[in-house]
Amino acid sequence: MTARTTPSEVLLRASDVTKHYPLRADGFSRHRRVLRAVDGVSLEVRGGETLGIVGESGCGKSTLGRCLVRLTELTGGRVEFDGRDISTLSTRRLRPVRPGMQLVFQDPQASLNPRRRAGDTVAEPLLVHRYGDAAAVRRRVAELFDVVGLAAAHLDRYPHEFSGGQRQRIGIARALATNPKLIVADEPVSALDVSIQAQVLNLFADLQEEFALTYVFIAHDLGVVRHVSDRIAVMYLGEIVELGETEALYKEPAHPYTQALLSAVPDIDDGADAPRRERIVLTGEVPNPVDKPTGCPFRTRCPYARELCATERPRLTPTASGRHTACHFPLID
Amino acid sequence: MLRFIVKRFASALLVMFAISVLVFLIFFATPGVDPAARIAGRNADPATLAQVRHSFGLDRPMPVRYLLMMRHLLINRDLESFVNRGSRVIPQIVQATPVTLSLVVGAALIWMTAGIVMGTAAAALRGKAADPLIMLVGVVGVSLPAYWLGEVVNLITQKQLHSSVFSWVPPPGYVGLDHPGQWALHLLFPWLTLALLYAGIYARLLRGEVVTALNEDYVRTARAKGLSERRILIRHALRCSLIPIVSLFGLDFGALVGGAALLTEVVFGLPGIGKLTFDALQNLDLPVIMGTVLYAAFFVVLANALVDILYARLDPRARHA
Amino acid sequence: MPDQPLLDVRDLRVSFRTRQGSVTVVDGLSFSVAPGEILGVVGESGSGKSVSMLAVLRLLTSPNVTVEGEVRFRGRNLLTLPDKEMRAVRGREIAMVFQDPMTALTPVYTVGWQIAEQIRAHEKVSRKEAHARAVGLLSDVGIPDAASRANAYPHEFSGGMRQRAVIAMALSCGPALLIADEPTTALDVTVQAQILDLMRELNAQGSAVVLITHDMGVISQIADRVLVMYGGRAAEEGPRRAVFHGPRHPYTWGLLDSVPRVGGPRLRRLPTIAGMPVAPGNLPDGCAFAPRCRLRHDRCEERPALRDFGDSAHRDACWLPDDNRASLRLTSRAAATDVPDMEREATP
Repeated sequence: MTARTTPSEVLLRASDVTKHYPLRADGFSRHRRVLRAVDGVSLEVRGGETLGIVGESGCGKSTLGRCLVRLTELTGGRVEFDGRDISTLSTRRLRPVRPGMQLVFQDPQASLNPRRRAGDTVAEPLLVHRYGDAAAVRRRVAELFDVVGLAAAHLDRYPHEFSGGQRQRIGIARALATNPKLIVADEPVSALDVSIQAQVLNLFADLQEEFALTYVFIAHDLGVVRHVSDRIAVMYLGEIVELGETEALYKEPAHPYTQALLSAVPDIDDGADAPRRERIVLTGEVPNPVDKPTGCPFRTRCPYARELCATERPRLTPTASGRHTACHFPLID
Repeated sequence: MLRFIVKRFASALLVMFAISVLVFLIFFATPGVDPAARIAGRNADPATLAQVRHSFGLDRPMPVRYLLMMRHLLINRDLESFVNRGSRVIPQIVQATPVTLSLVVGAALIWMTAGIVMGTAAAALRGKAADPLIMLVGVVGVSLPAYWLGEVVNLITQKQLHSSVFSWVPPPGYVGLDHPGQWALHLLFPWLTLALLYAGIYARLLRGEVVTALNEDYVRTARAKGLSERRILIRHALRCSLIPIVSLFGLDFGALVGGAALLTEVVFGLPGIGKLTFDALQNLDLPVIMGTVLYAAFFVVLANALVDILYARLDPRARHA
Repeated sequence: MPDQPLLDVRDLRVSFRTRQGSVTVVDGLSFSVAPGEILGVVGESGSGKSVSMLAVLRLLTSPNVTVEGEVRFRGRNLLTLPDKEMRAVRGREIAMVFQDPMTALTPVYTVGWQIAEQIRAHEKVSRKEAHARAVGLLSDVGIPDAASRANAYPHEFSGGMRQRAVIAMALSCGPALLIADEPTTALDVTVQAQILDLMRELNAQGSAVVLITHDMGVISQIADRVLVMYGGRAAEEGPRRAVFHGPRHPYTWGLLDSVPRVGGPRLRRLPTIAGMPVAPGNLPDGCAFAPRCRLRHDRCEERPALRDFGDSAHRDACWLPDDNRASLRLTSRAAATDVPDMEREATP
């Protein structure tokens, strides 16, 4: 899904977005513990492109996705969509903005109301935003079903009568209903079988071309993210540790975490591809986001960590090649 | 943990205070009723009425009246029953306590044993004929009102079959622990009557929990380990199912100790807290009502707090929540 | 080199009795596992891969299940063993770990206690000795500070550590075969890599492993032999290299082609397999994959048997001519990518 249009305007801009969850102080401890789900994220998404956000559990990518479309309140920072600052808008003021940015969720089973027919679920955003009269809404819903590859017969069925892939298509149809410019997809294919996953990914590609959509695509599967994204942001413990063009990033990661991540993926060896990259074994597991390490969040597992990494938190800085890295000693310059 | 206990204690006091105010208001704030006349009883002469008025501060504002009442009840402990002049509330409660405790503890042992056995057996035999049969017994137990069942039991053991089968059944009443044999004999049918009701509830509940547990992943793991079905049922499924059951038991037990076995005590003539409350309500004996209601409230609140603590002991996951 | 396979499953059939009638989930599956080898079983939902392994260990306890066929393990047919002997096999000769480590352990007992429980169920050892062994096992699978972790409860472990503990428990009595059902699916990719390393190590120490997964990449990295399942039946089976470098069954082609890769060329559109994975209740009489296969023809109405073509180790169940598979694959892939992908499901 390469951007077919020339690099256009910035559609979405996040500046130092933070989302903290205060936890109840346990027992006798004086200070409140804070879960830093998103801890100072800045990024830009241009019209027509796909920005992939990848990371493991606890990295905050889902929370970031929800912050970008203001599904949750921000603790700090700014989000600008289509030129407007939406960071602190009230629910009422946000309403006219919402049709332009939509969300597709991970679990097609959980995100559809089991008591609503598929057609009604897709019609709801149209009704909420006063699209038109009942006939116009019906026409539009039928149109949307057609676009996502569902038959007219499916309009009156309930979610439990559909397969996982079909349910995801319903979710996509719902997201498309209001003609959004931006779609944030949060793990949209993780819950699907491999063969269905490919169909839905192709659907995303076709829709992007047909409707000039911009995507923020959140996933943990490195193969999937590589396939859909023009640029990729790698997250770790609430921060972006690397940001850059997809192919370059995959070929030559600059951040040690990206390098380790890529080396850990079991890629299919069918004799056709280049020899596998060397395995970097990370010790231990991702630290609890509540006990985030000081300085660089990755330093506790980084094979190249040095003294500076514990004292000073690295900021996302551009390198000569256009890559952005948050590392004191990046692997490439 | 300390903070938790302090918090619970504080909220317990708050609850008790609220209850006491409520009962007080029902008595003293009901319009159209002259509290003095009520307190002094029927046919009271003006002197008694005046004395009552003064003693209870009926000519003083409401909050003062409340405080006076509370002082008499809790601090001076010289609050007297309106009905039985000269009989103090606190000692009456103290005297009634062992009776209720005897009834409730015995019944609890019986119903928990029966409930757990029936529930586990029904879960283990689910799908087979025994399962619905066991549950039927449970449903019957839950459906029969205690007072009706008690009366029927009395009817059979005291009257109809008293001369033949149940000649050994003593007349309704209570015998203290200094005669253990008689004590138990007098309590036998009250125990069974009270237990039947609760056994049904717990058997049903436990069966549901155990059946759920048997479908959990950890039971599948236990089977894959090669453990016997019996061990899996008892050590894994039942052990995990007991947690919610024990919590519920704590609440039921607390309520019963506070006097909720009222009707059973009345039917079987046991002079426990329940009967005390019952009599007081019938006679509108306010001080005794105040006393027993506060007593009951105390135990319910205490049981709630203890259950929370117990839950943490039983379920390791709750300790870190 | 012993010829006798460790596990030899012949014509396994598992069906469930439902309100709609009998549903066959595993339909005549035959495969074998040699001592010390890693067999990767790959398939999507509805393929029957999990159910078949549960049937091998007789862990399908519902009264509505019927299991037929033969499961020969070390010479004995497990399906006809008396319960007591089967229990002696479970956990001691064949062990199984499951997908979700978060719910796999009983929450009210410590991890050390649960491992010791398994040891004592099969061997006559004292509590103390069993506990000591449990601590040793936890340390062997890479859990730091094993002695104190053994006294911790399952919820105090993270996902990856819990899975290690579960694996340690499974291996506590030194089974000859470990069946792992999607053991890494619920884990992060870096943790997954650690667990797979662990399995390689354990395999090197002598246990055979049956690894069930939907992830072709995992199979590609760890398996000695591969079994591809579809619709409760075997579609293709053979040594890893043969199956990955020269797959013969159209379903295998579809699986390999439709996975977006981390390395290699980037495709604009992924080749797809049309339609949805077949539901267990809807198995056709002929080839299970025919309704979705671009190369189906008349012969496919007859169910193909699992056959080999010279190379007896590599077999597939397909009627396509034997000698042309590679080029057939290329034509099929071209067709799969061109079709604009508006799959309309022909659901009844």
